[in-house]
Amino acid sequence: MKTGLTGLIRRSLLAVALASPFAGLAITAHAAGERFVFVSHSPDSDTWWNVIKNALKDAEHDLGVTVQYRNPPTGDIADMARIIEQATASNPSGIVTTISDFNVLQSAIKGAIAKGIPVITVNSGTAEQSKKLGALMHIGQPEYDAGKGAGERAKAAGVTKFLCVNHFINDSASVERCQGYADGLGVKLGDQMLDSGIDPTGVYNKVKAYLSVHPDTDGILTLGPNSADPVIKLLRDTGSASKFKSFISFDLDGDISQAIKDGLMSAAIDQQPYLQGYLTITFLTLYVRYGVIPPNNVNTGPGFITKDNIAMVEKLAGKYR
Amino acid sequence: MAILPDGAANDTPVVDIIDERLSRQSAWRRFLARPDLGAFAGVVLVFAFFGVTAGGTGMFASDGVLNWLTVTAQLMIIGTGAALLMIGGEFDLSVGSMIGFVGMMIAIPTIYFGVPIGASVILAFVAAMAIGALNGFIIVRTRLPSFIVTLASLYMLRGLTIALSILVTNRTTVSGLKEYSNGSFVAQLFSAKLFPGFFQWLADNGMINKLPNGEPVVSGVPMLILWGLVMAVVGHIVLTKTRVGNWIFASGGDANAARNVGVPVSMIKISLFMVTAFGAAVFAACQVLEFGSAASDRGVLKEFEAIIAAVIGGCLLTGGYGSVIGASLGALIFGVVQMGILFTGAPSDWFQVFLGAMLLTAVLFNSSIRRRVTGER
Repeated sequence: MKTGLTGLIRRSLLAVALASPFAGLAITAHAAGERFVFVSHSPDSDTWWNVIKNALKDAEHDLGVTVQYRNPPTGDIADMARIIEQATASNPSGIVTTISDFNVLQSAIKGAIAKGIPVITVNSGTAEQSKKLGALMHIGQPEYDAGKGAGERAKAAGVTKFLCVNHFINDSASVERCQGYADGLGVKLGDQMLDSGIDPTGVYNKVKAYLSVHPDTDGILTLGPNSADPVIKLLRDTGSASKFKSFISFDLDGDISQAIKDGLMSAAIDQQPYLQGYLTITFLTLYVRYGVIPPNNVNTGPGFITKDNIAMVEKLAGKYR
Repeated sequence: MAILPDGAANDTPVVDIIDERLSRQSAWRRFLARPDLGAFAGVVLVFAFFGVTAGGTGMFASDGVLNWLTVTAQLMIIGTGAALLMIGGEFDLSVGSMIGFVGMMIAIPTIYFGVPIGASVILAFVAAMAIGALNGFIIVRTRLPSFIVTLASLYMLRGLTIALSILVTNRTTVSGLKEYSNGSFVAQLFSAKLFPGFFQWLADNGMINKLPNGEPVVSGVPMLILWGLVMAVVGHIVLTKTRVGNWIFASGGDANAARNVGVPVSMIKISLFMVTAFGAAVFAACQVLEFGSAASDRGVLKEFEAIIAAVIGGCLLTGGYGSVIGASLGALIFGVVQMGILFTGAPSDWFQVFLGAMLLTAVLFNSSIRRRVTGER
């Protein structure tokens, strides 16, 4: 009897094990019922969006929906407008899009909403812009406020002259971040904003050149891993980290968290991108299925990651954080 | 028998075999030797492919069609210039940067210096064509490869666009142009929608879909598409029906030989650089007036898209051979592939891989068809 039972359990376990890959397939196939398109403004070379892509995959799996991630390969926002128009023409269940340039994207986004497609805006853009377009809600980090928060921290640390390393100068949100920092610090934004480009060697050398021409710089703001990582390397190579009273970066990756642990960097501004991917799809799915949606916007940031809370964050960096 | 006037036959020795360059070819033979034949075949192939893979996705509904036609028209505008220039034996790599530059040239004077928008647009066109002429002049004068000279302009124009916009406005995206352009003739010229009544009628009669608010999904044909068509048609006529067209072929085929028979090669090449600059300016004007903003990264890599369209359309990289119709078909192939891949739902990580593979397939198919029918090796 006992052996018979274990045998049965074994056999059924085996059956489940054999069937489960196919079960997985079946779920994915059914998921074609609800299809969402997530449109970002980032060029292919920007790796920060991987966490969002991971979140989208998790949401796909957890909710049984299909999510198509789209972006303009070169980061050209006019091309992004065409992608939103394309998504609209393909009649998806919902669209998530960033508002990286309100003027360029407004007619495309309004077009989607006019066609009756529910739209949530995410990441770049402001809550007011989102409302003006008629989107359901905005999920993101207010860029200016986040920059200002960093500027206030820098001021508290005694910074007087700063450098803002901008690796994505064509995105107006990037300029807002530098502007917020300058305002938080209480100085006028001028040539402290460096157009570094996205190539690591280029960033490294441009920052090096800037710092040798402006030796009295004592605060640095980088706008993401693409600008932070080369600067971290530069400070390590030259051993000049102690010269800077505050070195804060937007966003997080392995190098940045190591630098925070080592005391090289003061803080990272975390906008918790996983939420931006997972929540948008979750809210849209619930809205499409049951008509329910929170009435207010969601701020996913700014959260500041410092030496105190880095341990937990570090484990998950690059995948969920 | 030689085809000679009666009088001439008496004075000159009778020639049995006429020169091969003058021999008559059958219409069929001439059709097969067209440079754009392969592109025709490529278009058929691409539509067949997406008809099967993206048939039910909305790609062929009215707003889907408008979507890929818009991308096609954009590319036709710059592809026509690229094709003419390539036939004339040169390249212009500065087209993409020129698009960003002209956009700023329209937006900044209008918003920051109070210049009427019509004047800014005209000024921007003049500036663009002057830079094009300068490119051409340097190339003709120094005999440096156009590849190098226009690569230098690619960087300088992009850099100027960023530097000047930061200098004047402290930002890289200049928005808010709509309030200046509303009601202006340039807005009509570059961003109007044609035949709205016709599309309303189509929607009322159920031939195209309606939005929930009763408006048709497609409210009209954007001027952009008309510009694409006009550029292509004019380019085609000039190239195939006029003396200038012959000069372009001659300049690209063998510039020295052409000079020796009196073709104004330098003038032709400089004018062709002005034509590509004009195309870039039209592209930029349509974009800026449609979206109401200019940004310093507009047009990145568009120079390659223009060249790709010309090459898919049968232009040879060595010059002296090609067609504008071919380049327009190349633009159509590129536009349909670029947007079609999105309709099929292919994962975006692989997007550029698919795009490259489809383009390679189109070009290979194109050239193999051409070789087979012309017997060229």
